Amino acid sequence: MRIAFRDALFAVRKAPLLSVLSVMTIAFSLFAFALFGLVAINIKRALEGVEERVEIRAFVTDGTPMEELANATAEIARYGEVQTAKIVTQAEALARARKELGEFSDVFEEGVLPASIDIHLKPGARDPRTVGAVAARVRTIPFVDDVRYGEEWITQLHRLRNIAGVTGIALGLAFAVVAVIIIGATIRMTVLARSKEISIMRLVGATDGFIRSPFLIEGFAKGIVGGLFALILTWIAAAVLEHYLHFRAFFFEDRLVLFGLAGGALIGLMGSGYAVGRHLRRI
Amino acid sequence: MIQFHNVSKEYQRSGRALAEVTFRLHKGEFAFLTGPSGAGKSTILRLAYFEEWPTSGEVRVSDLSSKEIRTRSAVAKLRRKLGIVFQDFRLLDDRSAEANVAFALEVIGTRRDQITPRVNRALSQVGLAAKLKAYPRELSGGEQQRVAIARALVNDPVVLIADEPTGNLDERATRGVFQLLRDINTAGTAVLMATHDLELVRSTDYRTIELDHGRIVYDSAESRPPAAGRLGELT
Repeated sequence: MRIAFRDALFAVRKAPLLSVLSVMTIAFSLFAFALFGLVAINIKRALEGVEERVEIRAFVTDGTPMEELANATAEIARYGEVQTAKIVTQAEALARARKELGEFSDVFEEGVLPASIDIHLKPGARDPRTVGAVAARVRTIPFVDDVRYGEEWITQLHRLRNIAGVTGIALGLAFAVVAVIIIGATIRMTVLARSKEISIMRLVGATDGFIRSPFLIEGFAKGIVGGLFALILTWIAAAVLEHYLHFRAFFFEDRLVLFGLAGGALIGLMGSGYAVGRHLRRI
Repeated sequence: MIQFHNVSKEYQRSGRALAEVTFRLHKGEFAFLTGPSGAGKSTILRLAYFEEWPTSGEVRVSDLSSKEIRTRSAVAKLRRKLGIVFQDFRLLDDRSAEANVAFALEVIGTRRDQITPRVNRALSQVGLAAKLKAYPRELSGGEQQRVAIARALVNDPVVLIADEPTGNLDERATRGVFQLLRDINTAGTAVLMATHDLELVRSTDYRTIELDHGRIVYDSAESRPPAAGRLGELT
């Protein structure tokens, strides 16, 4: 192992330009992927923000006893899909309407707006089918007059979310494949640059495992360094976007940062393993 | 040591390279492989160090048969018992003579404390004790070939396979390298050497195997006189 580390270091020192080139290739490939990921995450967050507004409002018959209303609300709150269920009295409904409508606030008179149960659903239960199912269940409560949840709006939002999700996965995969191909080609150059050394190793009785190990170490290290560079570039890009577009961009969570670094290392490792393995099979 | 039994080798593009070659190199023996370009000398050597496999027949090297040895790790283990030398030296240009020789020990996992004394001994054996730290570009052709021979010797091989080891050297360097190979052989290592240099071949009474169009046309060990147009005429 000591020799493998020494040879990996030796290879970097021997061809520093090639090493910098491969690190930069990894960095920029991962940067393109990370930029896309950043955009995807921000779109996802924006859609989640909109989705949080998905709400079922069950209007109740005037004069429903408060005790019955409270019991029904508690029952609804126990539904698996429901995050919160809250009673909105006639007075609260009026206050809310007046606040939301501003200058038209005096249009409403007391007792015009019915009391309701406002239901918020859990994340993951905000798709049209689940929302519709919960609304239908609520509608069966005897004193519920009407149930509204903006069916058309939720359907459109869900469609948008699906399109964003599928596009995100497809583009993400395409970016990842392109990154792996470019990185693989760069690593292959480093393997070819050392083909004489590899053939001599073979002649003097080195096993394939021994020949591979310095390349794997080199690929792993380059992957991590490339990943770090990509992370810094992405962070700068996010900061620039925030500054010029005046919106608060979400950056990757810590676990995604670690995942990205590990991904870089893995790409470096696998790219090297594949390139040197292919070379060894050919010679 | 090395045994070829009815060995034929055919390439998909260039056709037959060897045809039913049979010979045996004994322990401690020195044998030349001679013949014109394309006669099959290098093919025999590549088969002997399992760079290639015969199309038919069997090659046995140090009790390992081409019919049994299939994995690369088995080939790697076999090569640790062989020393291989080429016309173009095949040294690592960015490493000193010492590092080039040590390389052969490192790749097979020799203990660190054993490497330096063995490298020094091998380089002394080839007369390059004073040039341990020299890089290949700082050495003459003959000296580079000596480093290559030291690398081949450092593992104490049972047989040294040399493919035109003097092909790139001037007359004086050729004599020096050949004398070195003779000394190695005297010390007990078998040597199988492919060469074009018939003067070199004639200067000794070592066994000579002459090839032509992939066939053995003369083997001095069988005490047959060279056929007309063969070794005798070529000189």
